[in-house]
Amino acid sequence: MTVATRIWAVHLAVLALLLAGGFLLPAYHQTNVAKVMVLATYAMGYNIAFGYTGLLSLGHALFFGAGLYGAGMLVQHAGVGAGPAALAGIVAGGLAAAVVGLLALRTQGVAFMIVTLMFAQAGYLTILYNTAWTRGDEGIVIAREARVLMGFDLSADLPRYFVGLGLFAAGLVLKLWLVRSPTGRVMVALRENEERSRMLGYDPYARKLAALVISGLYAGAAGAAYGLLFGYVGASLASTQYSILPLLWVLLGGAGTVLGPLVGALLMFYLIDYSSAFTTASLLVVGAALVLLVLFAPKGILGTLRDRWLKWLP
Amino acid sequence: MSFGPFLLLALMEGMVTSAVLALAAVGLSLVFGIMRVVNVAHGEFFMLGAVSAWFVSQWVPGPPAVAFVAALILCPLFVAAIAALADMVVLKRLNYQPEATIVATIGLLYILQQAALSFYGPDARPVPAPFNFRVQLPWFGYSGYKIAVVAASALVLLGVWRLLAKSRVGLIMRATQYDRETARAFGINVDRVYAGVFALGGGLAALAAVLIVPIQQAHYLMGTDPLLLSFIVVIIGGLGSLRGTVIAALLIGLSDGVISTFFAPTLAKIVATLLVALVLVFRPQGLFGRRAL
Repeated sequence: MTVATRIWAVHLAVLALLLAGGFLLPAYHQTNVAKVMVLATYAMGYNIAFGYTGLLSLGHALFFGAGLYGAGMLVQHAGVGAGPAALAGIVAGGLAAAVVGLLALRTQGVAFMIVTLMFAQAGYLTILYNTAWTRGDEGIVIAREARVLMGFDLSADLPRYFVGLGLFAAGLVLKLWLVRSPTGRVMVALRENEERSRMLGYDPYARKLAALVISGLYAGAAGAAYGLLFGYVGASLASTQYSILPLLWVLLGGAGTVLGPLVGALLMFYLIDYSSAFTTASLLVVGAALVLLVLFAPKGILGTLRDRWLKWLP
Repeated sequence: MSFGPFLLLALMEGMVTSAVLALAAVGLSLVFGIMRVVNVAHGEFFMLGAVSAWFVSQWVPGPPAVAFVAALILCPLFVAAIAALADMVVLKRLNYQPEATIVATIGLLYILQQAALSFYGPDARPVPAPFNFRVQLPWFGYSGYKIAVVAASALVLLGVWRLLAKSRVGLIMRATQYDRETARAFGINVDRVYAGVFALGGGLAALAAVLIVPIQQAHYLMGTDPLLLSFIVVIIGGLGSLRGTVIAALLIGLSDGVISTFFAPTLAKIVATLLVALVLVFRPQGLFGRRAL
């Protein structure tokens, strides 16, 4: 088996497992996994910027929020259908990333982290400020009748799961193709040594901007899907915490691995879900996981696996 | 009330914000200047100061003034101890690598927030002010305690400046900032300096919080705003510059007071966050100082 077939086999097997899950999982876990797949799509986008291109952003909630509100407010206030609204959400995520990127990519390292954090905070505050449209903290609940895509009721368990799976599968295949393409190699080169890539004739600014916009498109798609599938569009989903969470999932699963975001999001989601049975301290779980990861396993689960045994894992 | 006195009131409120902000921001600036660590958990040190002040006010009997003085001494020490512990257990082991420390301090932020939520609860609770008298101006009465806050933080800032510029401890801190390898070669225990600076930064944030808590109630989520505002102040003032930080705190505090009084507080925050992002993009050395990040 060549390396390429092995790689595709592994990733398609994961998608097949998730497909089987749609028929086999009980309703409770079906909802959970649907949510995890949407959030993992968001994390995959984050991983393109952070894991592959080395752009540690603390402001991705702005792109997620742009998708969420871009789609949600069109459905709520303009009566647009779910399909066009989702497209608008994706575009909104990409646009937000382009605007932030144009400015923030003039800085590097810690300054980049703070600039993205500040832009996202300004976005979050803008949502709170325009209460008349966004209903602020309380958020918008999208009516069941508006959440219909090509005749399927997105509030029902099964269609919701498969739309989530479809989004995740599209994201995964695109990402796998991207990171194995020459463009993806340049992204990794920028992460490893920006000066050398510049010397080889690549424009770091343009390449990083492209990576950030792709990342924003993913975040926008995930945000739009989250609003339409789960029917809630609220300011808390655009808060700083939603910039930190994808970082956490990616770190846990393995930065710079294609499947890492799914592994991280799935583990973290169920870790909080199970721990909530005997403690309400979910923030502690998140905080402790971040500290322990950065201390003892900075490469995450799949990153460590790749270092030890699976050298071919993309 | 006509416009003039109204503006005066806004400016006085702004002065109180500035004073507290300057303390918190100087703590953040010291940590970044000397250790090169961006401490995202700085706001939680502030919150811990306020929350522990509430506990002290419950435990210490007698008039509120006694409890307040006890809180003023104990709370910064308590928070400084936690900060020193965090430095030794986590940050030191990460070798102060910038991105790893940011992720670790984000983790610390959540841990401290959860600890406050579990032990203190979700309610906002007041701490009584040590004294109550009103300064009667021709147009309105003003809380004497607020004026005392401004004076107290000015004194503390003066103390910090003396510590840094005139004392032996300050000399060692500046030597470590300038070149940590050479400092080590000259027999300075750099690990202890780092733990001390991190503790000092946390302690200053806690002190600011104890001063503000009679005006603004203690709550487990109260750390977010001081964190963002301190970042803003430190970036606009230029990192490592004490003078720049104080000037920027005045600028931000006063404009926050004025904008919040005449417009919406949220709008003031939007303007301030966007301003800081743009300052970092176009003038990374800050408006007054040396290159920040």
